[in-house]
Amino acid sequence: MRRFFKGKGLVGTFIVIAVLLVALLAPLVIPDSYATQMNMRARLSGPTWDHLFGTDQLGRDLFYRVVLGAQTSIMIAGAAVLMSIVIGLPLGIISGYFGGVIDNVLMRLVDTLLSFPALLLALTISAVLGPNLTNTIIAIGIAFTPFLARIIRGEALRVTQMPYVEAARAAGTTDAWMIVRHILPNIMPAIIVQGTISLAFAILAEAGLSFLGLGTQPPNASWGLMIQASRDYLDVAPWTALVPGAAVALTVLGLNLFGDTLRDVLDPRTET
Amino acid sequence: MTPIVSIDKLRVTFGSGAGTVEAVKDVSFDIASGETFCVVGESGSGKSVTSLSLMRLVEFGGGQIMDGRLTLHRETGPLDIAAADGDTMRDVRGDEIGMIFQEPMTSLNPVFTIERQLTDGLRVHRGISGPAARDRALELLKEVRIPEPEQRLQQYPHELSGGMRQRVVIAIAMACRPRMLIADEPTTALDVTIQAEILALINRLKRETGMAVMFITHDMAVVAQIADRVVVMYRGEVVEEGPVDQIFSDPQAAYTKALLAAVPRLGEMRGKPAPEPLRLVGDTSEPKPLLPKEDPEPLLQVKNLTTYFPVKGGPMRRHVANVHAVEDVSFTLNKGETLSLVGESGCGKSSCGRSILRLVEPTSGTVILDHQNVLDANHRDLRRLRRQMQMIFQDPFASLNPYMRLAAQVAEPLKNFGLASGTELTEKVAALFDRVELSRDYMRRFPHELSGGQRQRIAIARALAVSPKLIIADEAVSALDVSVQAQVLNLMMELQADLGLSFLFISHDMAVVERVSHHLAVMYLGRIVEIGPRAAIFEDPRHPYTKALMRAVPIADPSRRKLEDDLKFKPIPSPIHPLTFTPDPSQYEEITPVHKVLRVS
Repeated sequence: MRRFFKGKGLVGTFIVIAVLLVALLAPLVIPDSYATQMNMRARLSGPTWDHLFGTDQLGRDLFYRVVLGAQTSIMIAGAAVLMSIVIGLPLGIISGYFGGVIDNVLMRLVDTLLSFPALLLALTISAVLGPNLTNTIIAIGIAFTPFLARIIRGEALRVTQMPYVEAARAAGTTDAWMIVRHILPNIMPAIIVQGTISLAFAILAEAGLSFLGLGTQPPNASWGLMIQASRDYLDVAPWTALVPGAAVALTVLGLNLFGDTLRDVLDPRTET
Repeated sequence: MTPIVSIDKLRVTFGSGAGTVEAVKDVSFDIASGETFCVVGESGSGKSVTSLSLMRLVEFGGGQIMDGRLTLHRETGPLDIAAADGDTMRDVRGDEIGMIFQEPMTSLNPVFTIERQLTDGLRVHRGISGPAARDRALELLKEVRIPEPEQRLQQYPHELSGGMRQRVVIAIAMACRPRMLIADEPTTALDVTIQAEILALINRLKRETGMAVMFITHDMAVVAQIADRVVVMYRGEVVEEGPVDQIFSDPQAAYTKALLAAVPRLGEMRGKPAPEPLRLVGDTSEPKPLLPKEDPEPLLQVKNLTTYFPVKGGPMRRHVANVHAVEDVSFTLNKGETLSLVGESGCGKSSCGRSILRLVEPTSGTVILDHQNVLDANHRDLRRLRRQMQMIFQDPFASLNPYMRLAAQVAEPLKNFGLASGTELTEKVAALFDRVELSRDYMRRFPHELSGGQRQRIAIARALAVSPKLIIADEAVSALDVSVQAQVLNLMMELQADLGLSFLFISHDMAVVERVSHHLAVMYLGRIVEIGPRAAIFEDPRHPYTKALMRAVPIADPSRRKLEDDLKFKPIPSPIHPLTFTPDPSQYEEITPVHKVLRVS
């Protein structure tokens, strides 16, 4: 436990907690209007005392937008990744562990999903279901599932071929017990790594959907939406991209460090 | 004798700060031209680190030469390798000192032709290229006695067998006529017949070119066969140095004595009626032979066991051919006895063991374990049958789950069959730890905290948990250091004496097999070519393959050297056959009622 508060673990834990606090508390303390209030006289202004992080093309304060956008971004990305793990994990484990026909059928299904660009897939789903928060999560979640299922299947296949699994089988271990005690703990590191990377992509995917009018609806803010909007002003007002970009980067960095530490804590080999 | 290389008080460390490990401490020795100098030791003895320091390759692995001189005596004067700069070292490596590694599969680059890899060194060190380089490459391949050398030049590594690849690796090392060849476990990954060929080749090259050979190995039998002088290393230090005869006949250091006592020597069981434990140093008790019962009862009867693995090919991954892994194998294993399956890699010995446990599904045949048919058993019956037969695997590092505590892993079979729970379970597990002579303190630990030998004890404890009648030991001691191997072998024999266990002992090591078996079956290309009592097969081998195997096995005794020039064993044909292929049944000639030899068709 102590390792969460030491070295990289400390940095990671701190960032993750800070981002979560902001995402949870900001909307309760800061009125929505702070993020949506336009100010045409201060369009694309650089960082000043009035606007700590500068303003966007409509003169909205980037500090408030990034702080208030945190909840949307984190919630959508987090829920979507969680959903893709919840669906992808059993698919991957069943495929990798049992192999044979089940594996072939499931993986062809996954391959079919994989052959669509993830964003296009999310777009289609979200267009069919209609643009709202839940559907955005479902869309991104489904779009990300095949990647996770593929990776988990590969890991499960690798672990299934390990002699300790064979030894357990020879000792009469049932399939359910085998998956829980032998397969799952040994593929955990891969899930953690892939999960943290997916989060970053999910934040950006949400942006893609918003841009096309299917994710977060303006004037509400999300990090992805802010990055998209900054596109036309990169040369005159780079901070409009840098501010939300830094927020995404910081969150991902924190999650990566946290994930690394979590993986180490779970791995008995690194016990100090 | 003028030394080529003098190592003086070498000290090498890995890591820094509190985690510093001293891998080599104060090691000194000289190597002269024309001699084979063996550095022998168990894992972690620092033998490889010493050789890597000599090439200054140790830095690439995170090591640091802290102290000492490594003098290379060149014609232009002595060079201190420890202080040489990068450019000088690049000149030395591959030109003055050649090196060959353990794994012939990975020490060649798979995307370049043999010619390209052979001529690389010539181009860099000698400035030879084009037709001249090709001629030299061809010459080198002839020198290492590769069949059809002209064709080999344009081939890629995957097109060659393991033995041929190791010959190519040697040819590359020899390309610039080095004055010293460093061979780091060059035969460890090879089969025994190929090992004999490679050892003979290195010996001949040494004689012809007068170069020095620094030969690093863990295998005392190989040392006895090839060395002129020997240095024994233990935990980074030299414990003993001397001529090979002296080391074997009159070892001085306690460690050397213990090491030699732990080595099974082929032929030392001659005239003994039954297997008996190795007598280790400090062991004063009279070894108890494992005499078989007067009228032994059969435990395991295997009849016409056949296992094929499908080969899939084509864009639709259709079933195009079969690997005939096990072909019409029959044998009987008695209660309380050990039957060994020996053979080289790919002979089907492991597949045979796994087929009996049904970890792979056999194609046909019958397996009767204690009057119950294993191959007809349904899922539930099979689980019940597996209580009576357990398996120990080769790799002690991979056969334990790194995420589970040791006690939980030993308890797993007991839990699976609902044989114990609660405090009873804990007590049973503790008793098993005692049984395999592991401290109970280890129960709460994880596998990574244990050494290889300790892990193998856990694997044995896990196999013993459900009190099986049969244990299939698949190369169970092959990955262990020799002193640990001896302890684990003795433990297995002790368990057999106490519990009346039967072992199906699968191994490639003839000396170990001679030590532990009551009966022996030699496998070749999926078939048993010769089967019978241990004494009959070791003292009167009849099948040509058994004879070849006996001839190739190195003996840990320098007075019984058998390095002939250019040993050449017949390569093993492919076991892959088209679907339409029907193999002949295995038919045996009876030498005696129990000693049978496969009829050659």
